[in-house]
Amino acid sequence: MCAAPTDDRDARHVSLASFGEDATSRLRAAHVLIIGVGGTGCAAAAALAAAGAGTLTLVDFDRVDASNLARQPLYTPADIGRDKVAVAATRLATQHPGISIKPRAERLAGEALQAAVHAADVALDCSDNFASRFALNKACVDTGTALVSGSALRWEGQVAVFGPDYANAPCYRCMYSDHDEALDDCQGAGVLGPIPATIGTLMATEAIKRVTGTGTPARLSLYDGSTGEWRQLGVSKNGDCPVCAAR
Amino acid sequence: MKTINVRYFALFRERAGRDSETVETTADDALALFRQLTDRHGTDDPRGHCKVAINDVMADWDSPVADGDDVLLFPPVAGG
Ligand SMILES: [Zn+2]
Repeated sequence: MCAAPTDDRDARHVSLASFGEDATSRLRAAHVLIIGVGGTGCAAAAALAAAGAGTLTLVDFDRVDASNLARQPLYTPADIGRDKVAVAATRLATQHPGISIKPRAERLAGEALQAAVHAADVALDCSDNFASRFALNKACVDTGTALVSGSALRWEGQVAVFGPDYANAPCYRCMYSDHDEALDDCQGAGVLGPIPATIGTLMATEAIKRVTGTGTPARLSLYDGSTGEWRQLGVSKNGDCPVCAAR
Repeated sequence: MKTINVRYFALFRERAGRDSETVETTADDALALFRQLTDRHGTDDPRGHCKVAINDVMADWDSPVADGDDVLLFPPVAGG
């Protein structure tokens, strides 16, 4: 007997030790929120859509620019000027018709951000600035939602997983504070094309583990592509954290 | 005097011109150590441009440093 097409798609997950049919079903039922579909977000969304994450909400107010094409493979030269989330949703839906993709071409803040986070099983921070990162972290802490944070610049990247037990574990704000400033953005400092994709793909793995209850979350991981070096660090809960300390 | 093994990650390797170094210091905390190092290497980055970990755990600038500690300096990254 031939299996249904959707079963064929999932065959390598079903046969994967410590994953199998149960985790595959949980992944099919999962809702992942992706904030930002730039370099890390494109890679995370593509990997999650291919892996069969049931529902993806993509949030980004940005439009495709020629300078994005070297590291954001969901976009083509013909897409320049269009809303990133619309292009990404169309492309991913064509490749993976079995999943639901909700594009939101807006800058979510306040209650709207909190509602979007609350509706998701896990949020992926693929944004490109500290203000957005702090806002998403607060919404995740407020709603008790797990957060997978990833960032990339120059030759380097970082991945970390937070929550959902913020009463006993750190949040993103325990790790980064208002004093932290990015040395530069992509425009100023540049970024090697594959670095964001490396980070975004790792974020997808962490998200899959989270929504399926498989594996253990990664520690804060630092990657230096210029030497191929990885460092893994522990992050402690900050007793004075303005976001998660009182929880 | 205490002996601290300092490791420079990513951008800071380029700035310091080395992967790591062993320093003899009287610094009591991470910030005092950082100031000695930035003086030595002629960089004047505000500390907001640097994160610090001690013995593979993220630390604050007022975290104490002890003889034999491994201190990692790495840049904040917010890009996507
Ligand atoms: Zn916190």
